Amino acid sequence: MTATLFALATAPGRAAVAVVRLTGPSAGDVTRRLSGPLPRPRRASLRTIRDAQGAPIDRALVLWFPGPASYTGENSAEFQLHGGQGVIDAVSRALLAAGALPAGPGDFTRRAFENGRLDLDQAEAVADLVDSETTAQARQALGQLDGRLGRRYQAWRDSLVEALAQLEAAVDFPDEEIPDTVAEQARSALTHLVGELEGALSDQARGRRVREGYRVAVIGAPNAGKSSLFNALVGRDAAIVTAAAGTTRDIIEGPIVLDGYRVLVADMAGLRASDDAIEAEGVRRAMAWASQADARLWVVDGSDDQQAWRLAADMVRAGDLTLINKTDLPAGTDTSTARAAAERAGASVAELSLVDGDATIVLEWIAARARKDMAGRDFPAVTHARHAVALRESLEHLRRGLSRLNEPELAAEDARLAARALARITGRVDAEDVLARLFASFCIGK
Amino acid sequence: MTEDGLLDPYWDVIVIGGGHAGCEAAAAAARMGATTLLLTHRLETIGEMSCNPAIGGLGKGHLVREIDALDGLMGRIADAAGIQFRLLNRSRGPAVRGPRAQIDRALYRRHMRAALEAQDGLTLMAEAVEDLTVEDGRVTGVVGVSGRVYRGRTVALTTGTFLKGVICRGDERVGAGRDGEAPAVGLADRLYGLGLAMGRLKTGTPPRLDGATIAWDRLDTQPGDTPPTPFSFLTENITTPQVVCGVTATTARTHAIIAAHLGESAVHGGRLTGRGPRYCPSIEDKVVRFAERDSHQIFLEPEGLDDSTIYPNGISTSLSADTQTRFVWTIPGLESARILKYGYAIEYDFVDPRELSSSLEVKRLAGLFLAGQINGTTGYEEAGAQGLMAGINAALAARRAPPVSLGRDTAYIGVMIDDLVTRGVTEPYRMFTSRAEFRLRLRADNADQRLTALGIGFGCVGGSRAGAFEAKIRRLDAVRQEVASLSLSASEAAKAGFRVNPDGQRRGFAQLLNHSQIGFDDLLAIWPQIGAWPADAREQVEIEAVYLGYLDRQDADVALFRRDEDLLISPDLDYDALGGLSHEAREKLASVRPGTLGQAARIEGVTAGALSALLSHVRRRAA
Repeated sequence: MTATLFALATAPGRAAVAVVRLTGPSAGDVTRRLSGPLPRPRRASLRTIRDAQGAPIDRALVLWFPGPASYTGENSAEFQLHGGQGVIDAVSRALLAAGALPAGPGDFTRRAFENGRLDLDQAEAVADLVDSETTAQARQALGQLDGRLGRRYQAWRDSLVEALAQLEAAVDFPDEEIPDTVAEQARSALTHLVGELEGALSDQARGRRVREGYRVAVIGAPNAGKSSLFNALVGRDAAIVTAAAGTTRDIIEGPIVLDGYRVLVADMAGLRASDDAIEAEGVRRAMAWASQADARLWVVDGSDDQQAWRLAADMVRAGDLTLINKTDLPAGTDTSTARAAAERAGASVAELSLVDGDATIVLEWIAARARKDMAGRDFPAVTHARHAVALRESLEHLRRGLSRLNEPELAAEDARLAARALARITGRVDAEDVLARLFASFCIGK
Repeated sequence: MTEDGLLDPYWDVIVIGGGHAGCEAAAAAARMGATTLLLTHRLETIGEMSCNPAIGGLGKGHLVREIDALDGLMGRIADAAGIQFRLLNRSRGPAVRGPRAQIDRALYRRHMRAALEAQDGLTLMAEAVEDLTVEDGRVTGVVGVSGRVYRGRTVALTTGTFLKGVICRGDERVGAGRDGEAPAVGLADRLYGLGLAMGRLKTGTPPRLDGATIAWDRLDTQPGDTPPTPFSFLTENITTPQVVCGVTATTARTHAIIAAHLGESAVHGGRLTGRGPRYCPSIEDKVVRFAERDSHQIFLEPEGLDDSTIYPNGISTSLSADTQTRFVWTIPGLESARILKYGYAIEYDFVDPRELSSSLEVKRLAGLFLAGQINGTTGYEEAGAQGLMAGINAALAARRAPPVSLGRDTAYIGVMIDDLVTRGVTEPYRMFTSRAEFRLRLRADNADQRLTALGIGFGCVGGSRAGAFEAKIRRLDAVRQEVASLSLSASEAAKAGFRVNPDGQRRGFAQLLNHSQIGFDDLLAIWPQIGAWPADAREQVEIEAVYLGYLDRQDADVALFRRDEDLLISPDLDYDALGGLSHEAREKLASVRPGTLGQAARIEGVTAGALSALLSHVRRRAA
């Protein structure tokens, strides 16, 4: 028999209200034992909560959600208790005594998934919503929970079913009056799909950026002032700042929230060739992180000479920001070669002095850049790594299928495999789906 | 006891019905060594083709080859009675070529009856069956209309559309099975009494024409293939005389008449409620659903060499007799055609095949097997294939041996039966190659390699076929060994004039043959010895080269498929006691009672969540 589970739904610790949820086949019995007759479904009702001996524990709001129209699909109840630890402990003991068991993390959503209340990407979205730290993360997760991600995949699945119907019509009905060009017609559906999937994959960074954070690398030669900038950006002294070159060796990540987006700024080793094995490893890691980052801030010490910043200059890409630091240093310092290098790479250039610790213009630049990179017309198709894997596999089959349209049974095989890859996210494509489309489109039958 | 005081025999298998399912069931059971009785109301209608005079096609031709590979009758009889053979999709790849033939109906009946009469262990008797006898939840025999009781260990029921069959034509409504045959009421009551889930389907047939009144000289014709491709792996040559079919088409005038009389149609007039097949619509349906078309093709198919009856394939109808005559006369070549028999629609009940296990035995009544149209399928080939499996399993059950079934990765027969018992049907079920997920492996050309050895293991393959098959396998093995030894380095290939990448790779024979610019004859110039390969072996090597790569991937897919298919679920599993199942999933699983995790996954309404719950249960039990 399926167990009836309970869990504290609010954060542990002292609070005004603590919510305990209960789900499972005997949720009704358990609720009656603790709080008397069941309240009307989905209506808050004030009840006295009693322990196994009948002694009162708390006066609390009780809600009753009969299955299957509940979150988990099972009979469920919710107790809104006073938030003291003593109350929570006493209620937990009463629930155990009534036969309910404590739930593990994710058990409620798992029940919802097993009972068909959520599909896999919606269950993922619930986890993302619970973990969300920023408005954009929450918005993306909610969109996924609402099925926006599912709808994009559904549209692709429909195009694929359409193409399969055309290919199968060419294969299965040789004696029918089906135009000879029918397999060729599948070309347009498949070509369209290839374009969509390619677009979604090239856009895949977007969903990841929202979910995991927009990654900004602070790069530059040693002792250019990267750590000072980093501390100014994250608003605390996370990185040690000294006048000695090469102080920072590990990568230090500092999360900040800008404009509702999560941004991950990273301070790292100054980029220079080094014989010191530890420093060289630091440089290697820094370059790897910076090249994967969504944007780079290149900090140029206005007083530095060209030799010192060559490695960093090579990492700069179009759209990045070059910061000429220490503008308070002696006038006449030549920064023209660094400016020229930045402009050649297509990066913008700004000047600032970090002595006063104000990085407002940099924060504004990051926010604008992150907004531009994360806003989009469509809901991102890739929010988790497994989506990208499925899309890439599907795309590979589609491309081969397109090259095989003169042999429709092989093109159909490839399209079927492409559908199967997508099906890991959308659910399976059945022969019946294809036949239904086929019979709706063609007059088949003698 | 009979009147002369002798004990009635106790049959191993009693088959009711002499249609395509019944013939294969009876013959298969007898080949399995079961003492078998075939009961049919009239011996003259054994092997009757009640609808179109043709066998095979895409998917259907595959089924005929599979029946043949298991030593069934349909392929051999069709070869003896076929009067126009065509291999469909000749221009497409070998996996989607389907053999098809026009059949002389009288010849088919004659050869089928002769084959059954020649079968050892099989007795044919003419008696309509009125009831089943049941003891202790098992079928123990049948009762004829005469009152005579036939005792049997198992019964295979293959009685087609006899359950509440209603024929409709215009305003006419006649309770019937096939045109002119009375439905068996008592037997139907027995089945309804079992409380099985039932559904209602319909199908239709066109008017039959007198060929002597058709203006053939004004019509296009469609010849058969020369030489014809036979169905059976045992047939060397087709010796029956061959004919051509005529081709004509409906006209705008035809459509206007039909559109003006739609109200008469049993279906469009709302007098029939059953679901008809989407792939075999009536001409009324075509006119309504594809209103933009002003013409639909019609094949004029002869029903026999000595029979002037023509089957006009494409104008199935339930309009009134008068309207049928009027619209037929608007069709080029048919302006003065005489109608011999009017078309009609027939509606009938069928047993929801989810009531059956994969052996085609009724789950609620041990010993009773169902095959053919009664299970919601359509087509001679679909019926024959089910009959074959029902006959084999009835014979096995009679000696208390475990049942056998064919996987979706092994045969179209397996795909069909799995679809039926797992998904049920919502329209008459017909085979299409697109239903087979392992289509590239399940070809008409290799049905024997897929199935004959299995059939020898089941016990349903006779000695002469087994001998021929083993000889063929020896030829194939020898050639395949030779193939494995033939290869060229990149430079050797270049020297031979083949445009291959100079990548230093050695290319095997199949890889070379797979190359778009290299043919068998090019390789013959390098290795003259391959000219001596027997034709059937050479054909297999060529086909395997066409699908090189694709076949390997399907093999990998089959391995994945097998992983779920080999996870067995007990037929007695208590789904109510199993946690983590939604109400819907629990209900569906408990009604289908899947035999494997793979089958459970194919049931509609069984979610990924329900499967994971089922999987953890199966794993726990296995551990």
